[in-house]
Amino acid sequence: MRLVVDLNRCQGYAQCAFLAPDVFTMHGEEALIYTPRAGEAQREQVARAVAACPVQAVTVDWADVPVAAEEAGGHGR
Amino acid sequence: MTQATLLQQILDYANRADPYPLYAELRRTPVTRQEGGVYAVSTYWEITGLLHDPRISSDARNRAPQAGAGPLPVVPQEETDLPPSFIGLDPPEHDRLRRLAMRPFGPPHTPRRVHDMRAELTRTVSGLIDAFQGRSEVDIVDDFAYPFPVTVICRLLGVPREDEARFHIWAEAVVAALDPDPVEGAPDRARAARRARSELGLYLAGLAEERRRAPGDDLLSAMTSGHGPEERLSPVEVVTTAVLLLIAGHETTVNLIANGVLTLLRHPEELKRLRDEPGLAVPLVEELLRYEPPVQLLPQRTAVADIDIAGTTIPRGAPIWLVVASGSRDPRRFADPDRFLPERPDNQHLGFGGGVHYCFGAPLARLEAQIALTELARRLGEPRLVEDPPPYRRNPVLRGPRHLRVAFDTLAR
Amino acid sequence: MAADGAAEVFRRRGHAVVVGASLAGLRAAETLREEGFTGTLTMIGDEPRDPYDRPPLSKQVLLGRVPADGTELPRRRALDARWRLGVAAAGLDLAGRRVRLADGEEVAFDRLLIATGARARPWFRESEAALDGVFVLRTADDAARLTRRLAAGPRRVLVVGAGFTGSEIASACRERGLEVTVAERGPAPLVGALGGVVGAVAARLQRDHGVDLRCGVTVTALEGDLAGRLRRAHLSDGAALDVDVAVIGLGAIRNTEWLTGSGLAAGPRGVACDAGCRAFDVHGIVTDDVFVAGDVARSPHPLFGYQFLSLEHWGNAVAQAEVAAHNMISSGLDRRPHLWLPAFWSAQFGVNVKSVGVPPLGDELVVTQGALAENRFVAAYGFQGRFIAAVAFDQGRWLDFYRGLIESAAPFPPAFTNLDRRTDGTRPVPADFPDPSLPTHGPTVTLSGYSPSERRLRFTPAPA
Ligand SMILES: Cc1cc2nc3c(=O)[nH]c(=O)nc-3n(C[C@H](O)[C@H](O)[C@H](O)COP(=O)(O)OP(=O)(O)OC[C@H]3O[C@@H](n4cnc5c(N)ncnc54)[C@H](O)[C@@H]3O)c2cc1C
Ligand code: HEM
Ligand code: SF4
Repeated sequence: MRLVVDLNRCQGYAQCAFLAPDVFTMHGEEALIYTPRAGEAQREQVARAVAACPVQAVTVDWADVPVAAEEAGGHGR
Repeated sequence: MTQATLLQQILDYANRADPYPLYAELRRTPVTRQEGGVYAVSTYWEITGLLHDPRISSDARNRAPQAGAGPLPVVPQEETDLPPSFIGLDPPEHDRLRRLAMRPFGPPHTPRRVHDMRAELTRTVSGLIDAFQGRSEVDIVDDFAYPFPVTVICRLLGVPREDEARFHIWAEAVVAALDPDPVEGAPDRARAARRARSELGLYLAGLAEERRRAPGDDLLSAMTSGHGPEERLSPVEVVTTAVLLLIAGHETTVNLIANGVLTLLRHPEELKRLRDEPGLAVPLVEELLRYEPPVQLLPQRTAVADIDIAGTTIPRGAPIWLVVASGSRDPRRFADPDRFLPERPDNQHLGFGGGVHYCFGAPLARLEAQIALTELARRLGEPRLVEDPPPYRRNPVLRGPRHLRVAFDTLAR
Repeated sequence: MAADGAAEVFRRRGHAVVVGASLAGLRAAETLREEGFTGTLTMIGDEPRDPYDRPPLSKQVLLGRVPADGTELPRRRALDARWRLGVAAAGLDLAGRRVRLADGEEVAFDRLLIATGARARPWFRESEAALDGVFVLRTADDAARLTRRLAAGPRRVLVVGAGFTGSEIASACRERGLEVTVAERGPAPLVGALGGVVGAVAARLQRDHGVDLRCGVTVTALEGDLAGRLRRAHLSDGAALDVDVAVIGLGAIRNTEWLTGSGLAAGPRGVACDAGCRAFDVHGIVTDDVFVAGDVARSPHPLFGYQFLSLEHWGNAVAQAEVAAHNMISSGLDRRPHLWLPAFWSAQFGVNVKSVGVPPLGDELVVTQGALAENRFVAAYGFQGRFIAAVAFDQGRWLDFYRGLIESAAPFPPAFTNLDRRTDGTRPVPADFPDPSLPTHGPTVTLSGYSPSERRLRFTPAPA
């Protein structure tokens, strides 16, 4: 799965870092560092983190690595 | 119905089971001056605005003496009283204390602690449900929703579970002061709460001293041993923080779980879904925090400047009540606000507050509730409410059932 | 109402072409589909990979926590697009409504979105830029190369330019335990973006973390050995430094060359567009079928007197892409203006830096919360008696309050009392921005006057 955090929205509440420590870590008090591509093993914790974010700053695409090149020829996912 | 009596009605115990229609009325005017000079804020955007507004204090000492606290009694601080904990302080003291308390609990220093508690939480829940064996009816509050988080916070803090009976009385007395119902002898309650808080403090100070000499891997040990000389909690700060954590971990999650069971039994189709897809617990708990939040209002804020908001000016020194339970049902923010929709998109509820005082224990409370509700849903066969509505606690701030009798046919393993 | 009909026909069966398949391009494409565009959609991008996110490149990627090719952007929805990746757009025929690709193919469009962003400004002397050990950081490939080199443990890294990217690179190097020198022409890091008062905090942060920070100097030459490997750097103060890695952080250049001669108002500061994201032509007349979004756009903002703003901000790329896409399939009154209040973040030396508004417009500053000395504060910027921006170091939760003050043009300096106001927060001080005619590295907001064609704009790319 892939994810991105809108760090303008993010207020460093660290809910994600508590609940999905393999994917989100706090760097200092407020700066968030995360892994944009997470594996199936992290799915459950990522789901918890996404739901818990008080400002809903995390966007996830649960699909695994759909490559744009595969879509060439007009096929969507 | 005048606005002045609306808040009184909300506080009236007779309306405890369903305050939501009253909130809807309150929302007609987003910010209203209530009796006693309290400004009640009831709409989503105004509440979130004020939660992030640096002109709002959480420190009661900023209240204008003549302003009073509205329905909440003002009792002068006494020498023997503990100083406020960080929930009642402002930055920079608040930030410093919260940061130090966070060190042994969460990121950035201890990021895995809560995550790694899952197995233990599940074990505790299983044990409590196992004890239902041979019964056909339980009180979800006394038999489950109360003992579970208490066991957890005790273990986390390093407080012996056996002492529960002692600090339970103190904790109840402390939160009773949050009950602003004046007919029930509020000033006495406030004084009793102060005393209880001091006694609880003394008890925890004794424990902290023991932990300092023989540290364990609990928060009390970590807070007493400190982290180098430059930044550490003073002995009094350790005590006020421990008191705060013990009470906050004690008197809130119980309501989330009890409200959750009640809500699920009122929405059997969602209960069935939860049984079939345990992952639903994750968004469902968020929706519960919106729909039946354990903390209904935040009565401790004060304006430190004149604030123009929603056509009103809140004067400097005035007490402000943020009615978060109302904000979370604001139709201008949430479509269909009075419906329980476990998979509600974009659910930025106010259940844990917001801004710098955002609930410290939220990740733990979330896991506790997710595990508790999933396991109850899975194991109780044909559960049903024995009485609806159940009897509620007096407290309008920390709202939840006092008892929740649930009958069931079978108990799965 | 012919125009309305045209939008409707386009929405149903038009051909939308997006040039630039990165953040803005992807989000625009998703918005087109989200809002009911059922025509054909072609995505053209010169990078041969899935759209990916750049901010992690100078942060988690350089730290080695995330691979350089591991930042692909999540999709908000399926796109059903035709992708032409790995091939650049080389020209635009406005009248014939065609994009010419570098491989000679021509792609016809009914409506076009230009989202070609920016690229790193290279080192000004080509032979030196080609030395082994000289890097820029804009793309995933750049990040992969640089990370590999950092992992190999160079003796000293030179960062040329202390804007946001340069500062983040220095931070990552220190965290990896590498020796770093930062050379900045201005008096402090981040000075072009945040001014001298806050820049001084950034300088202290760097030094406290062991960065050899040298301000007020420029790098005059990079010197290689016989094998073409970087060995030494020469500074304007006469110093010479033995370095085996130099990262050039001299800001970005808009990718507009492919539009040269197209008749669009495109130049080094970007493609000018109106508040609805429609491109201007060289005569300052707005086009109907060409839209612009992201780093490549220059658009007027009502809060800033309708001056054109060029932004290099992640949030702007997303917001502008959404508005541009919406307007591509809407007509008349349904169109929306792009009124986004500039905002960005940066993370360096363990501190979360956040900004709203346009700090470089500020003439004065008040530290309204916290203290500069503690690296935890909010600094509010005022311009002609009103709030224009606020910058927070590890105090991001308060920024929404300041956003409101900026949007309502609240009077500055603030007359109210608030929490955590210290004594040095009682009086405004000059925000201390360098003379704007001297380009520094990394003001990521540039105000560029009122003319769509940039004719009045003097632009002097300069060495560090
Ligand atoms: C290292 C780094 C760190 C950053 N950190 C932050 C941060 O912390 N906070 C923040 O707010 N912002 C940050 N940014 C800025 C942010 O990433 C940009 O604002 C954002 O990427 C802009 O998106 P865009 O789609 O407009 O442009 P780009 O991301 O530049 O994408 C443009 C795309 O178009 C392609 N292209 C160019 N010319 C052509 C052509 N002729 N034909 C086809 N394709 C073409 C390019 O190769 C590229 O793929 C950072 C940027 C970098 C590089
Ligand atoms: C469902 C359970 C819970 C709910 C609904 C809840 C709700 C809240 C709310 C609304 C606040 C904000 C108070 C304010 O702004 O004035 C808060 C603060 C706080 N909560 Fe919780 N809480 C819960 C569980 C817990 C637990 C389990 C702990 C301890 C482990 C805890 C510790 C705290 C602390 C310490 C604060 C003060 C934070 C600060 O001032 O910075 N809470 N809680
Ligand atoms: S939970 Fe949300 S706000 Fe908090 S750190 Fe994570 S992304 Fe940011």
